[in-house]
Amino acid sequence: MLLIKCPFCGPRPELEFSYGGEAHIARPQDPMALDDEQWTKYLYIRGNPRGVHAERWRHINGCGRFFNARRNTVSDEFLETYLMGESPAQVAENAGRPPEGGAVR
Amino acid sequence: MTRYSVFSLLRAGLSGHSNWSRQWRSPEPKPSYDVIIVGGGGHGLATAFYLAERYGVRNVAVLEKGWIGGGNTGRNTTIIRSNYLFDESARLYDHALKLWEGLTNSLNYNVMYSPRGVLMLAHNVHDVQSFKRHVHANRLNGVDNEWLSPAECKEYCPPLNVGGQMRYPILGGALQRRGGTARHDAVAWGYARGADTRGVDIIENCEVLGIRRAASGEVEGVETTRGYIGARKIGVVAAGNTSVVMNMAGIRLPLESFPLQALVSEPVKPAFPCVVMSNTIHAYISQSDKGELVIGAGTDAYTSYSQRGALHIANHTLDAICELAPMFRRLRMLRNWGGVVDVTPDRSPIIAKTPVPGLYLNCGWGTGGFKATPGSGDLFAWTIAKNEPHPINAPFTIERFREGVMIDEAAAAAVAH
Repeated sequence: MLLIKCPFCGPRPELEFSYGGEAHIARPQDPMALDDEQWTKYLYIRGNPRGVHAERWRHINGCGRFFNARRNTVSDEFLETYLMGESPAQVAENAGRPPEGGAVR
Repeated sequence: MTRYSVFSLLRAGLSGHSNWSRQWRSPEPKPSYDVIIVGGGGHGLATAFYLAERYGVRNVAVLEKGWIGGGNTGRNTTIIRSNYLFDESARLYDHALKLWEGLTNSLNYNVMYSPRGVLMLAHNVHDVQSFKRHVHANRLNGVDNEWLSPAECKEYCPPLNVGGQMRYPILGGALQRRGGTARHDAVAWGYARGADTRGVDIIENCEVLGIRRAASGEVEGVETTRGYIGARKIGVVAAGNTSVVMNMAGIRLPLESFPLQALVSEPVKPAFPCVVMSNTIHAYISQSDKGELVIGAGTDAYTSYSQRGALHIANHTLDAICELAPMFRRLRMLRNWGGVVDVTPDRSPIIAKTPVPGLYLNCGWGTGGFKATPGSGDLFAWTIAKNEPHPINAPFTIERFREGVMIDEAAAAAVAH
């Protein structure tokens, strides 16, 4: 079970959270302007990286709030959690870290 | 190649079984091939086998980054059935089931296909209505599936807790008698041996690092850990790693990869006569010929390539199994493992051509790919050989997500399967 650091409540077990899928997929400002290709991309196409993944979590059995996280999908290690609306920061300890086995080539 | 028979067994027995020949060669890669299959799991090996056997394409290589059958083919619960709701799915999975029925003979390899029946249990009114709908839809498609009352479920599978204390009691079940199990390793090895005999090169420990394309867009070959290998056509059958491989050709897909767990118990005497599935309380259980209970658990909530799942996922399934079959409560579990499965938004697979000329894709089998192995291989081989889909896999395109023509087995079954 993962230990996830909620930005509001601190580290808590995975069971308190629900997963919210890939982060930073913005809902289209003007949906009517989108063609089928753009809709497909928004609704269905996912990066699914083997390596660092930006994703949403919700502390559903806690404070109930959404937040973002970056996690390595090979080791399941969390690199950082950050607030909704924020961009992923380059965490200092992450710089210079070699990509874990099989990072996206 | 030694043809396996009672006589070859006797002959080898006379020399103490010390002179069996290798089942497939370990060749160096040639400079180029007509077709390269990326991924040496069951589906990839079956594709190579049928390319050589049925469609006359013998200059084929299967590239596997690990060893044959070391991925999801060796990491599943080996359940075989075809009682899917929608017409497209029923045709697809029943095509596979018909091939399963003759597979041991056509491969000259005992895949231990055992049609012991797959019983899907209903635990609430919605289940009952949904499964009866399945039974009727299947009958119209010529797929066997029948409704059993709780007493009939108990008769078919005596260990079940029918009528006892249970949070979600058994209200009946849908039984597909042709469904069952097969020996997963034998499926991989049998297809590998059959393909190798027909001239296919099976190249293990050879990871694909890049896909090379000509200026005009079509594929030229693959960069691998064992050097560059040319190819006129490339078929990608990389399961959980499909997104990674297809990224090399600049294609992004509607896929997410999740760890799916299975576990086995200590071996016990034959006690469980069939396969029992319960989508609602999430338990999948059968007994192997070695006597172990083979148990399927769920996927983790989050995408991951870790090939291991969280313990609470397995625990959840064991809770359900202790309710379903109380006599197993004191069984100890021997080992568990996880495989990385690629899941599409509608939980149906993709077997199709791609926007890149010469590049073909077979993926998205999610949590239930093993049962489709022979059919998937046959249809994918057809698609590659003829450069057009077989009528059975024609609906399973990538474009269905753009066009909205989903084959929505996710909603039909309420869970991944």
